[in-house]
Amino acid sequence: MSARRQIITTIGLTKIYGMGDVSVTALNGVSITVEEGEFVAIMGPSGSGKSTLMHILGCLSRPTSGQYILDGEDVSQLSKTQLAGIRNRKIGFIFQAYNLLARTSALRNVTLPLLYDHANPKTLEEGDEKARAMLKLVGLADRVDHQPHELSGGQQQRVAIARALINDPVLVIADEPTGNLDSRSGEEIMGLLHALHQQGTTIVMVTHDPKIAAHTQRTIHLVDGLVDEIVHNGHVAQVSALRHKEAQHETH
Amino acid sequence: MKPTEAMRIAWDAILKNKVRSLLTMLGIIIGVAAVIIMVAISAGTEATIKEQITSLGSNLVFVQSAMTRGGPGQPPRGGLVFDDAAAIQEGVDGVKAVVVEQNSSETVKAGDVILEDIEILGTTPGFPSVRDVDIAAGRYFNEQEIERKSKVAVLGASVAEELFGETSPIGQYVTVGSTKLAVIGVFAEKGLVGNTDYDSRVYLPITVVFQKFTPSMFARIMGDRIRMIYVEVDPQANLDDIITQIKLLLVKRHEVTLDTADFSVTTQQDVISTQESTTAAFRSLLAWVAGVSLIVGGIGIMNIMLVSVTERTREIGIRQAVGATPADIRLQFLTEALLLSVIGGVIGVLAGVAGAFIFGMVSGMRTVVLPASILMAFGSAAAVGAFFGYYPANQAAQLDPIEALRYE
Repeated sequence: MSARRQIITTIGLTKIYGMGDVSVTALNGVSITVEEGEFVAIMGPSGSGKSTLMHILGCLSRPTSGQYILDGEDVSQLSKTQLAGIRNRKIGFIFQAYNLLARTSALRNVTLPLLYDHANPKTLEEGDEKARAMLKLVGLADRVDHQPHELSGGQQQRVAIARALINDPVLVIADEPTGNLDSRSGEEIMGLLHALHQQGTTIVMVTHDPKIAAHTQRTIHLVDGLVDEIVHNGHVAQVSALRHKEAQHETH
Repeated sequence: MKPTEAMRIAWDAILKNKVRSLLTMLGIIIGVAAVIIMVAISAGTEATIKEQITSLGSNLVFVQSAMTRGGPGQPPRGGLVFDDAAAIQEGVDGVKAVVVEQNSSETVKAGDVILEDIEILGTTPGFPSVRDVDIAAGRYFNEQEIERKSKVAVLGASVAEELFGETSPIGQYVTVGSTKLAVIGVFAEKGLVGNTDYDSRVYLPITVVFQKFTPSMFARIMGDRIRMIYVEVDPQANLDDIITQIKLLLVKRHEVTLDTADFSVTTQQDVISTQESTTAAFRSLLAWVAGVSLIVGGIGIMNIMLVSVTERTREIGIRQAVGATPADIRLQFLTEALLLSVIGGVIGVLAGVAGAFIFGMVSGMRTVVLPASILMAFGSAAAVGAFFGYYPANQAAQLDPIEALRYE
C-alpha cells in the first residue's frame, strides 16, 4: 500500500432507493480508494450506479449504509447543512451541462462558491482577485465580464472549471465534462484537466466514453452497483483478487 | 451568506424580471395606497366635522328638550319653554349669553326683489356671540326689542346682497311674509357650517317669530315651547358647576326630579367626543377593509415566489452544489420576497400620499395623510412579505440538490 494520503475511502457503500417491494438497489457495497493527486475515471453502463456513486462521492446525497471517508473525515451521515459545507470547502464540480448561472458574468459565476464559504468569509475584492486568477488559469482572462450566452460551450466549461477550483478543493468531480462538447473543445477540456492533474489536483471523472476514460490513470468499472474491474494504465487487476486480499487483511 | 450578499442577489433577481416584479408588487402597492388614502379621507372628514362643531361657537352648553307625548288629543307635556332661557341667563353664574332659536320659511321682499323660501330664524341677542358670527354693518337686536316684539331684522350676507345689491340695507325695509321689518344690521359672510348656510337667512327677534310666523296649529299646541337652548359659558367658569346649576334651576322650574327630567344638558365636548368615537370606528373599519387588500397582495407575492422557485430550480441546484445550505437558500428567497414587498410598500406610500392629495382636489373632500397610517401600511406590507415569502422560501430550501440539478 502506498503511503500517500487517501482522499476517498469507501467501505461497502450501498444506496437503496424506495422502500419495501418497490425498492431499487443502486449501489450494492462499493469499496474504493482514491489517493491524493490521482486522476480516476468511473465507467459503467446506464443503471450501473455510476451516477449514484458520483452523487455520494460529491456529498450531494448520503449512502444508505457503508462508510465514506473524505480527506480523513467520515461524511457518511452528515446533515444536509454539514454536507453543503463539505461541498463548499472540499469539492469542486464540473458538470456535463456546465450549470452556470444564466445572465451572470463569468466572474460572478466563479465567485459563487465564495458566497457560501461561511468558515472563511472573503471580502468582495479578495474574491474577485482570486476569481480573475482562476479565469486566467483556464485561459479566459479576457472573458471575465461575459455572460454564459456570450461564450462557446468550451469556454463555458472552462468557467465551470475555474468555479470548481476557486475554493481549493481536495477533490474535483467531473461528470461527463466533454459530453456536450465537439471533439476539439473536448480535447481542450481534457488538456486542461490533465494540466490540473499535473499540478497535483485529485480528479474523479464519470464518463461512458472509453477514449475519454483512457486519459486517466485508472478506470473503475461499475456493473449492477458493484465494482466490476479496475483498469490500471491498461493493466487489469481482477476485483475478485483484490477483494480476497482485503478479506485476508481484515482477518489479520 | 451575508445579508448584504442576499440583498444583492435579491435585487439582481428583481431587476432581471422587471415586469413580473412590478406585477407582483402591484397587490402590495394597491393595498398600501388604499390604506393610506382611506385613512386620509376619514381623517379629513373627521377634522372637518370637528371644525364645524367648534365653529358653532366655543364653550357651548346645549340644553335639549325631552318632551313626553301626551295622551290622545292631549298636547305633549313638559319640555323647555322660552322663559327657561331667560331664567338660565338670570339665575346661573358664569353664563355669558343664552340663545334660543325658532325657525320658519317665508317669502322675503324688498322693492322689486322677491326671494322665495328664505329661512327665517328667530333668535335672542346672544346669537352673534354664541354662534361666533360677526356683524358687518349696523347692529344685532337687543333685549328691549325682544320684549317689545319690535319689527326689526338682521340679514345674512348673501340675502342682503340679493335684496339690495351695492346699496346699504341699513334703515331700509324688508317684507317677510306679510310683515314689514326694518333692517338694522347685516352679518359678515360665514358660509356653510354643516348643512346650515348662515348667509342666506334672515334673523328676527324670536318673539316676532313666535307671534307672526309660527303656524297657528303649532302655536296653539306648543305655545312657546322650544327644542333647544344654547348657553355660552364664560371660558374661566367651571363647566361642571354651570351644568349642575342649570339642571337644578330647571328641575325646580319644571317641578320634576333629576330622574324624571324633561330636558338634557350636554356640552360641546360631549358632541365632539361622540363624533370622534364614531369617526374613529369608521376609520378603523376602512383601514381593515384596505388591510384585506394588503393580504391579497401578500398572496400574490406568495404565488409569484412559488412560480419563481419552480422556474429557478436549476439555479437552486447549482447553488446547492457549490455549497449553499438550506438556510442560505431560504434567506435568499425570503430576502427577495421581503424586498419585493418593501419596494411595493415604498411605491404604495408614494402612490397613497399622491392619491390622497389628488382625491382631495378632485372630489373637494378634505384628506389628511396621517403619519401613523404610513407606518402602519408600510409595516404591514413588510410583515405580509415575510409571512407569505416564508413558505416558498422554505420550499426552495427543501429541494434535493440532485433533483434540482436535473430539472429542465
